[in-house]
Amino acid sequence: MTGFPTLLHKEVLRFWKVVFQTVLAPVLTALLYLLIFGQVMDRHVRVYEAVSYTAFLVPGLVMMSVLQNAFANSSSSLIQSKMTGNLVFVLLPPISYLEFFAAYVLAAVTRGLVVGAGVLLVTLPFVELSMREPLWILLFALASSAILGALGMVAAIVADKIDQVQAFQNFLIMPLTFLSGVFYSVHSLPAFWQGISHFNPVFYMIDGFRHGFFGVSDVDPGMSFAVVAGCLIAVSALALALLKSGYKLRY
Amino acid sequence: MAAIEVRQVSKHFGALQALVGIDLEIDEGEFFGLLGPNGAGKTTLISILAGLARASTGSVRIMGHDVALDYRGARRSLGVVPQELVFDPFFTVRETLRIQSGYFGLRANDRWIDEVMASLDLTGKADVNMRALSGGMKRRVLVAQALVHKPPVIVLDEPTAGVDVELRQGLWQFIQRLNRDGHTIVLTTHYLEEAESMCARIAMLKQGRVVALDSTTNLVRRLHSLHLRLRLRSGEWPAELQAVDSGDARVVRLQDYGEVESVMAALRAAGCEIEDMELQQPDLEDVFLEIMRRE
Repeated sequence: MTGFPTLLHKEVLRFWKVVFQTVLAPVLTALLYLLIFGQVMDRHVRVYEAVSYTAFLVPGLVMMSVLQNAFANSSSSLIQSKMTGNLVFVLLPPISYLEFFAAYVLAAVTRGLVVGAGVLLVTLPFVELSMREPLWILLFALASSAILGALGMVAAIVADKIDQVQAFQNFLIMPLTFLSGVFYSVHSLPAFWQGISHFNPVFYMIDGFRHGFFGVSDVDPGMSFAVVAGCLIAVSALALALLKSGYKLRY
Repeated sequence: MAAIEVRQVSKHFGALQALVGIDLEIDEGEFFGLLGPNGAGKTTLISILAGLARASTGSVRIMGHDVALDYRGARRSLGVVPQELVFDPFFTVRETLRIQSGYFGLRANDRWIDEVMASLDLTGKADVNMRALSGGMKRRVLVAQALVHKPPVIVLDEPTAGVDVELRQGLWQFIQRLNRDGHTIVLTTHYLEEAESMCARIAMLKQGRVVALDSTTNLVRRLHSLHLRLRLRSGEWPAELQAVDSGDARVVRLQDYGEVESVMAALRAAGCEIEDMELQQPDLEDVFLEIMRRE
């Protein structure tokens, strides 16, 4: 037996013990977005025929919550352990860097999916939502939350202070998610900004995820998944390289 | 087989040379002390043993397992009590110990956890959150965490820093018991009396080098000078008698007891009258200061 199952279990327990703050709070935030934006915009915006704006909004909000919470989980857990010094309890036992990576990322995926499911659940009374191609929904949710989980690890490894991780979140993750088409279809943007949006990997995560619900999207889901899978490989490779070298963790 | 084998270990952080060519062999069952002033490299050396830091050059084996090549074997053989009072605020004492066991692949470890908690007087705190514990209690949990996987080698980095007298004695009794049961113990401490009374062998580090390595008895004997402390009631101290001032008294350094006689004779010849006299044996602190001064 290795330490991996325990590390995963501990990482899940860590957020589950403060479920109010780690799950319920983001679910409430997403619900507020839906109520405000849905209420105001529903009569004015129609992205796809046959799909109301509020319905269009829900998958975007779900995915945004999945992504932000996956990132928050791995990054806050790791930076807190680093700062308080209790990371030593994980560094002393015979846990390989691969197990370390897998446990943190899977815990981040778990938190992302739990929050995402929560958002979906509380928004269901407000919209009629189809799930045309559930396999895409699952694939995009898993791969995207894993990317953000791994990215959270990278941020926490590189950062020397908690506010550096927060800066990463506020100045990179937040703009990327807000500008990815959570609240709009990029087709409604001027050509220039549409072009820019196609360089944002989060755009493909949300567009592909949305395709799973409505069967329509801005980009072919296969293409989106190729981009997402590529990102997952790249970010994981970076995180694993940092962990293997012991960068800022083992001196 | 040596419990710990350190071969030509050097470690630098940029331009700073933290350890320089350390060679050290600690046998199974030893109670070994690692002494040195702050910044001598004690914690760096321990970090390398534990895999928390990587040696720039050289190799380290714990119970025959290379800490880099066979890190799983090495880490299973080693329990480390870190110097900093660290804890995970999300969990209770029992949860902390169960999680720590799990990290070593041990699932059903409750019997041993109960035993360790009982030995460290933690049973009453088993279900208390780590946050709510006093500093001394947190220190005990750190010791318990280092023992969950029954490691043959235990390293304690200043385990009694900031710990009250009662806990300190309890802790030492427990550690001595572990040593009697066959565990190899390595400890660093600032309390030289503790090191002298507990450790059979001692290495002294200074600026990343081992400057002394010997049995505690030999080290103390090595500083064979005795101190004769004298206070005069009357008379002028004879100029030919070399001494240093120490408060209102003077201290004469002797090589052996026989020299007491000649000091007395010199004082008598100078017409001095002695008010108070004390013959002081060297202790580890003197040796430590002497070695640190000399090297």
